[in-house]
Amino acid sequence: MADVLSPDARRAIAIANGTSQHGRHWPIVALYAGPAIILGLITLIVPLVVVIGLSFTDYRLGASTLSFIGMRNFIDLASDPVMRHSLANTLAYTALVVPASTATGLGLAMLIDARTSLKGLYRTIHFLPVMAATIAIAVVWEFMLHPSFGLVNLLLAKAGIAGPRWLEDPSTALISLAIIGVWQMAGFNMVLFLTGLTAIPAQYYEAAAVDGAARAWDRFWLVTWPMLRPITGFVVVISVIRSFQLFETVYVITGGGPQKSTEVLLYTMFSEAFEFFRTGRAAAIAVVFLVLVGVLTLLKFRMSAPRATSRRARRS
Amino acid sequence: MSATRPHLTGSLLRHLVLIATSIVALAPFFWMLSTAIKPANEIFSRELHVWPTHFAGWVNFAAVFERVPMLTYLANGALVVVLIFVLQLVIALPCAYVLAKVPFRGRRLLFGAVVFCLMLPPQVVAIPQFLLAQRLGLIDTLWAMALPYSVSAFGIYLMRQYFRTIPDELLDAARLDGFSEFGIVFRLMLPIAMPAVTAFGIFSVTTHWNEFFWPQIVLSSPEKLTPPLGIAFFRNEEAGTDYGALMAAAAIVIAPLVAAFLLAQRRFIEGIALTGIKG
Repeated sequence: MADVLSPDARRAIAIANGTSQHGRHWPIVALYAGPAIILGLITLIVPLVVVIGLSFTDYRLGASTLSFIGMRNFIDLASDPVMRHSLANTLAYTALVVPASTATGLGLAMLIDARTSLKGLYRTIHFLPVMAATIAIAVVWEFMLHPSFGLVNLLLAKAGIAGPRWLEDPSTALISLAIIGVWQMAGFNMVLFLTGLTAIPAQYYEAAAVDGAARAWDRFWLVTWPMLRPITGFVVVISVIRSFQLFETVYVITGGGPQKSTEVLLYTMFSEAFEFFRTGRAAAIAVVFLVLVGVLTLLKFRMSAPRATSRRARRS
Repeated sequence: MSATRPHLTGSLLRHLVLIATSIVALAPFFWMLSTAIKPANEIFSRELHVWPTHFAGWVNFAAVFERVPMLTYLANGALVVVLIFVLQLVIALPCAYVLAKVPFRGRRLLFGAVVFCLMLPPQVVAIPQFLLAQRLGLIDTLWAMALPYSVSAFGIYLMRQYFRTIPDELLDAARLDGFSEFGIVFRLMLPIAMPAVTAFGIFSVTTHWNEFFWPQIVLSSPEKLTPPLGIAFFRNEEAGTDYGALMAAAAIVIAPLVAAFLLAQRRFIEGIALTGIKG
C-alpha cells in the first residue's frame, strides 16, 4: 500500500507520526544530546557568564575574596595608555592585514583559476603557509627579518638598499607582524575565493562576451566581481576576526614591544590575567573583545545568509 | 593566429606572476631548511649562501633532540589531537543526529545554542576555564588540554547540516532491517557522513596541533608540552641564538602536517573550504 503513496505524502505521514510521538523520542534525545548539552554548559556557557560577571569585580587570581566594583574595570581600561595602545595596534594590524590578504587571495585565485596549466601545483604551493604552525612560522620569520643576518635584509643589501630593523624598531615592528600575517592568511583566502570562482557558470562569461565584454577586464567587472561579492564580504569578515586573534607572534617574539608598538588585545588580556593576576580587569578586556568579535560575527551571518538561500534554491 | 598570440602572452604572464608568488610563499620554508643545515659561523654571515659549505644538518637536528625532549612533545601533540578529535566526534555525532533527524520540543533552541557557541571565540572563556581546571586539579594535565574542546559546536553544526541531506526513507529502511538507534548513528550515518567527518577531522587536527594560546595557559611541566610550546620553550630557554637548531625544531614541528597535506591535498583543501565558515 505504501507504494501507492507519493514521497511527499509519505513524508507528511512521517512528520505527523513524529509530532504525535514527541514523547517517545525523549529517551533518545536525552541520551544523544545530553552529553553535549551538559559539557557545553560546563565548558562554554557557564564560563561565558562567569567572565562577564568577573569583569564587574576586582577579583585577583588566587584571592579568596572578591567584591563587586561595577563599571570600574571598564572605566580604568578607557583611561589606561596600555589598553589604548593595545586597541589602536589591533585595529592598525587589522587595517594592514585584511585588505592585503583579501586582495592577494583574490588575485591568486583568479590567476590560478584562469588556465588549467599547473593549476593544482600552484594551489598546493600557495596553501602550504596555511598548514604551518604559526609559532614555527613566527620563529622562521623572526630570523628572516633579522636586521643583519636575515634573508630579507641580505636580499635588500644586494639591491643596494639598507633594510630597516624590522621587529626591533617600534616604527616597523607592527608592519613586520602584518607581513607575516598576510603571508599566512593569503592562501586561506585564496581557497575560499577558488570555491567562489568555480561556482560561477561558464555561460555567464559567454553571455558577457556576446554582450560585447571583449576584454578580460570588462568581464571581471561584469561577471566575476558581482558573483564574488558575497564571498568577498565573508572573506573580509573572517580575516578581521582572525586579525583580532593575533597572539602567538606577539607573545613569543616581540612581547608587545618595542615600546608597546605590538601590544595587542589578546596579549594584553593574557598578561593581565596570567602575569599580573588582575583577573577582573582581564575579564573586562575579554568582554571588550567579545563585543568587537560579536558585532563582526553578526555581520558575517548577514553576509553568508544570501549565499545559503541561493544554494538552497539551486538544490530544490 | 591573432587569437593565439594574446593567449600565449596571457599564459606566460600568469606563470611569471604565479612563479614569483610561489617563491614568496615557499621562501620561509626554504630558508628554514637551509638554516637548519648550516653551522653557526655560516648562519651569522653577511654573505647570502643558500647551501652550506660545511653541512651541519645532523648537528643541528641532533641538538634539538639533545636539549629538549622533542620526541615527547611530538607524542604529546599526537595524543592531544587524537583525544580531542575522538571526544569531539563521540559527543557531536549523536547530538547532530538528534538535531537533524529526531523531532522534539526545544530542538530550535538547542540548535540556536549551537550556533551561538560557534561564534564564541575560545579566548573569551579562557579565564573561567582556567579557574575551573584549577578547581578540579586538572592544570598541567592532558585533560585540561582536551576537556575544554570536548564539545565542538562547529562539529555538531557541520554534521547536522550533512545529516539533513540524508533522506528519512533510508533511516526507516534501516530500522526495518533491525538497526538499533545506536546502530543508525554509528553504523549508518557515520559512514555516509564520512566527507563531513573527514573535513571536520582535518580542521580539528590542524587547529589543535598548531594551537598555542590555551596550552600556554594550562601546561607548565617541560615534559608535558605540545610541539608549538616546545618551540617557544626551546627559543626562550635553550637555544638563545642557536638559530640552526631552532630552525631544525621548527621544521620538525611543521613536518607532520605538511606531509599529511601533501599526501591528501584534495581532501585538505576541500575540507578547509568546507570548514571556512568557522574562520
